[in-house]
Amino acid sequence: MKLTRRAFGLSALAFGLSATAGRGATRAGPPVIAAASDLRFALEEIAAGFQAETGHKLRLTFGSTGNFARQIREGAPYQMFMAADEDYVLALARDGFTRDRGVLYATGRVAIAVPRTGSGLRADGTLEDLRAALAGGRVTRFAIANPDHAPYGMRAREALQHAGLWAAIRPALVLGENVSQAAQFAMSGSADGGIIAWSLALSPPLAAQGRFALIPADWHAPLRQRMALMPGAGPVARGFYEHLQQPAARAIMARYGFALPD
Amino acid sequence: MDWQALRLSLALAAWTVVLLLPVSVFMGRFLATRSFRGKVLVEGLVMLPLVLPPTVFGFYLLVLLGRGSPIGDIWQDLFGRQLVFTFEGLVLASVVFNLSFAIQPAQRAFEAIPTALREAAASSGMSPLRALWVVELPLAWPGVVTAMVLTFAHTLGEFGVVLMVGGAIPGETRTIAIAIYDRVQAFDMEAAATMSAALVAISLATIAATFALSARVGRRLGK
Repeated sequence: MKLTRRAFGLSALAFGLSATAGRGATRAGPPVIAAASDLRFALEEIAAGFQAETGHKLRLTFGSTGNFARQIREGAPYQMFMAADEDYVLALARDGFTRDRGVLYATGRVAIAVPRTGSGLRADGTLEDLRAALAGGRVTRFAIANPDHAPYGMRAREALQHAGLWAAIRPALVLGENVSQAAQFAMSGSADGGIIAWSLALSPPLAAQGRFALIPADWHAPLRQRMALMPGAGPVARGFYEHLQQPAARAIMARYGFALPD
Repeated sequence: MDWQALRLSLALAAWTVVLLLPVSVFMGRFLATRSFRGKVLVEGLVMLPLVLPPTVFGFYLLVLLGRGSPIGDIWQDLFGRQLVFTFEGLVLASVVFNLSFAIQPAQRAFEAIPTALREAAASSGMSPLRALWVVELPLAWPGVVTAMVLTFAHTLGEFGVVLMVGGAIPGETRTIAIAIYDRVQAFDMEAAATMSAALVAISLATIAATFALSARVGRRLGK
């Protein structure tokens, strides 16, 4: 009998523990916004302003555009999707996964990034220094985002191909799952540098750690970034969608180096 | 420190333990006491999550539970919510992925109980369930608790499966292991360091608890 009571106590404890999960809160919680990794710092700032203004919280999750698009097709519960490449949004819209074709919210740029210490590379946007370093065998590791599903990785590849360096650099490439992981690799000190989003280069934590230079915009297809609401988007997500098109949010985006649509 | 992620991980681990406790006891005892055709196969299946790469497991879960899959659709019809990218999906994944941890230590503990004791219980007229309750569990419980401690700790640390079927949604699927990965990408090394240290502390406590419990099993059955 004593044992029975003890066992009952144990299972009661376990249930008590699981009740702390607070499941109700997440189901009706703030809307989840899936955003391309190049927005990591800019969007957090904009979301903080949105919260201060409206009192509404958002749940931001950052990753590669291609992965998010796949997850949305598999039914991920995002209310809004901010892509780094509009093709993904337009394809989702065509297949009925978004409310509409959404709007263009920014055009991104890529930049070469070199850590302040421990790298023989210079931040040279024409990639001439990179060419010389590759010829001299001075590049052992160079980070870009995965070009298979990350738009910034695709543009990095295009820029390297334009400069005629793709074949030479391939053995040295390390691929980030998304562009902010590529930036983290590039700045880690274990790589000589990388090609990352200009918006990340302008963010406070990175700016302190590295040197950066823009790569000419006509070396790669434009990074036309489009966002769209999902069919199930609630009023808070819709409000944020509007907020992003207002002057306050646009000013933050401009400060992070994005070119803005008219 | 991402407290929400820690709470989520603890909740996930607690649910996994609650759901696996009966499985641990009954499957552990079943495998310890019965021999049947195909037992090796069952034991092999139970062992499989130990050696299977988490991403492989995650991939199959995505295929088996995702939108358009039979299980995914049945769940959606029943609860109006889908399984992948949700907490419930993580719980299900975690339960399956922890089968080895939940069953193996319990099975060893039940195996250590002498057959004579079980026969004595049966011949004194106890039902199998009552024999389990008053004779076997009082001897085997440290093995069962070890299984639950391991399950709990393993769930806290699980990364690959959660990455594949989770989607890193704050408060829903962003567990502490995923939050560490996310903080590193956000150049927030301080938060990553705090959370990593917390996981190290929990893991050390787990090992200590496991050692203490197995010593106890040894003492009980060693004489």
